[in-house]
This record gives sequence, C-alpha cells and structure tokens, in this order.
Amino acid sequence: MRCLKCRNTAAVEVRRHHAAYCGPHFLEWFEHQVQRAIDRERMFTQSDRILVAVSGGKDSLVLWDVLLRLGYRATGLHLNLGIGEYSRLSQEKCEAFARERAAELLVVDLPATYGAGVEEMARLTGRVACSACGLSKRYLFNQVALEHGFDVVATAHNLDDEAAVLLGNLISGNVEALVRQAPVLERTHPALVRKVKPLYRIAERETAAYAVLRGIDYILDECPNSVGARTLLLKEALNLLEREAPGTKQSLYWNFLEKLRPLLQAHRPPAEVRSCLHCGQPTTTEVCAFCRMTERVAAQMHVRTLRAPRPVAP
Amino acid sequence: MRIRIRHQRREVELHGPRRVREVLDQLGLNPETVLVIRKTELLTLDAPVAEEDELEIRPVVSGGGRAVPEV
Repeated sequence: MRCLKCRNTAAVEVRRHHAAYCGPHFLEWFEHQVQRAIDRERMFTQSDRILVAVSGGKDSLVLWDVLLRLGYRATGLHLNLGIGEYSRLSQEKCEAFARERAAELLVVDLPATYGAGVEEMARLTGRVACSACGLSKRYLFNQVALEHGFDVVATAHNLDDEAAVLLGNLISGNVEALVRQAPVLERTHPALVRKVKPLYRIAERETAAYAVLRGIDYILDECPNSVGARTLLLKEALNLLEREAPGTKQSLYWNFLEKLRPLLQAHRPPAEVRSCLHCGQPTTTEVCAFCRMTERVAAQMHVRTLRAPRPVAP
Repeated sequence: MRIRIRHQRREVELHGPRRVREVLDQLGLNPETVLVIRKTELLTLDAPVAEEDELEIRPVVSGGGRAVPEV
C-alpha cells in the first residue's frame, strides 16, 4: 500500500476515507483533521486558555500534544482517582509528558482532597465505580477550569467513543443524553465552562497510530473497573460493522449530529440549570450530585469537612 | 515469527512468510481494533512479514464507564 501524498510505503490506512499515508503524511493529515474540527465547530482560538483533561491514556495525551503543536495555550489537568497502581502509573505518564514539553500540568488528588478514591466513594454511596468516576471528572474539570480562569475544557473523546455512547443512548432511548451529545457543549450557566471534543472526527485506531508515530508514552493498561464495561461491548459491535463497511461509525455519528440532533433539540427545551446550594456549581437539583456524593462519603467515614461554600462565579 | 499480543499478555509463534492481514485472521483479531508494529514501524494489512520478524500487536480500544450523562 502506498501513501496517497508521496507514494512511499504507507504506515496507516484510513479506510473510511479510501486513503493511506506514510508516517509523516499521516501526522500531517491527523493534525489537519483536528484543526478542521476546532475551526468548523468554533471550539476556541489561539488566545483562549484551554484546560485539557488528561488521563495518561493515548487519546488525551495525543490531544494535548496536537494542541501544543498547533500553537494553542493548553494546560493539562490530571485527576488522581485513587485506583491503586493504575492511578499511580497514569499520573506518572502525564507528569513525564508535561516535563518533556515544559507544559503546565495541574493535578487534583481525589483521596487527598476528599478522603476517598472513586472506588471507595462508589462503595460508600452504593454506586458503581464508573458512575462515581464520571461524576467526579465532570465536576472537577469544570471546577478547576472555573477557579483558574480557563476559557474552555477540552476532552479527548474520539469518534469511536462518541459513536459507542450514541448507540448506547439510542438503545436505551435516553433522549436527554442524546440532546446533550455534541462536539461543543455551550455555557448555559455562569458557572459552567464550555466543553469541547476536538478529536470527534478521528477514529480511536488513528489516535493510537499518532501516539506510536510521535513516540508518546501512554498507559496501555485499562482501568481495572472498565473490564466488561458496556462501552467496550458497544465499541466491539461497531468495529465488527466497521470491518465490513468502513465509515459506519462516522456515518452514524455525523448523521446524528447533522440530521437527528437538531430535530430532538427543537422538541426538547433544555433542562433548567441552577446553582448548587452548597458549592455554587451548576446543577438541575438543589444540591449537586457531586456534593451529595462527597457529603455522604464524609458522613460514612465520620469526617466533617470545614470547607466554606464556594462563591458563584460572576 | 514471534508475535507479542499486548492486551492478551501472551506471545505466539507463527511460521512462514505471510501478510499482516493473514496474521490477524489467524489470531482471530479484528484489524479495526489493533495496530501491528515491527520495531518502530507501523504496518498496513497488505505488508509482508518474514519468518525472522518480531511483531507487536497493540490494542487501540479503550474506555469504560460513562454511566452518568453530561451535566
């Protein structure tokens, strides 16, 4: 197979585009795709301060790498989730990445800050670990961005992630979640920072190839709690379709964004967002789910937090 | 050729030259879910591999969770 651009031996095939590229031309294509997503969806500009959520896995480190190369002001934010050796290694990968590029990295240590990691929080509040994890991430990404004056939070959800979540939401008929699924989540409350997904046009296999070609050292092990997770099953199903019909994932997600989501939005007024009575962060209930969870954890552990309520951002 | 399959934490030996596509078929792996690496080089499905090659098969699928919808 030959590179579409230079006819040298290809390194990566992009079947859904009927193309293949050598290493250097693949990297060029990849960065162009990310830039296109940023411009097309008006995600941010060169003057914006971007907080990139980094786990230590391939997708988030690739996103951070590309944004820095494209000249954006991107700071990393890593959450140490307190999942034993997995969390220790994940943080190490993020720190090494930041050090090599002299990039700024912020770290929030959950056990040190809240007295428990996500597994323990889940156990003490009767949730599954992934639920406590997802809730903590969404809350803390927003909180840190708000407190440190970032314009936007960028997460590394790729085409495979989005297609799998979409399929899951369609199967369960979760209309609320379908309406909210988009490459850009606008600020609908003064204390809610914009969220963007610059890798939404890029397949997971392509981010892995980019990481290998750029020599990015990422954590290969999966979170021990993700074993048997539903998202992985949905991805497997989509990859079976993709093997037989390249472009399936892209068509599913892009057609949803262009044709179906606008129809859903028109018939579904957005839920009323207000400020959490305890922390001021956006929520649809009186006290936000994160405060409810951490307060329950503290009560179960017989710990009293002396934290003052956080002021609401102007 | 010696093949290290990272996500299954195992190594296998296959004998005789073949193409990457045939290697993956034989191992029952979907090409959409892995990268095939020879030293530092990424291989496409039609790339020939020889008896003396050492290959790494690296998974590309990650993620779990997301049980709670976005705020």
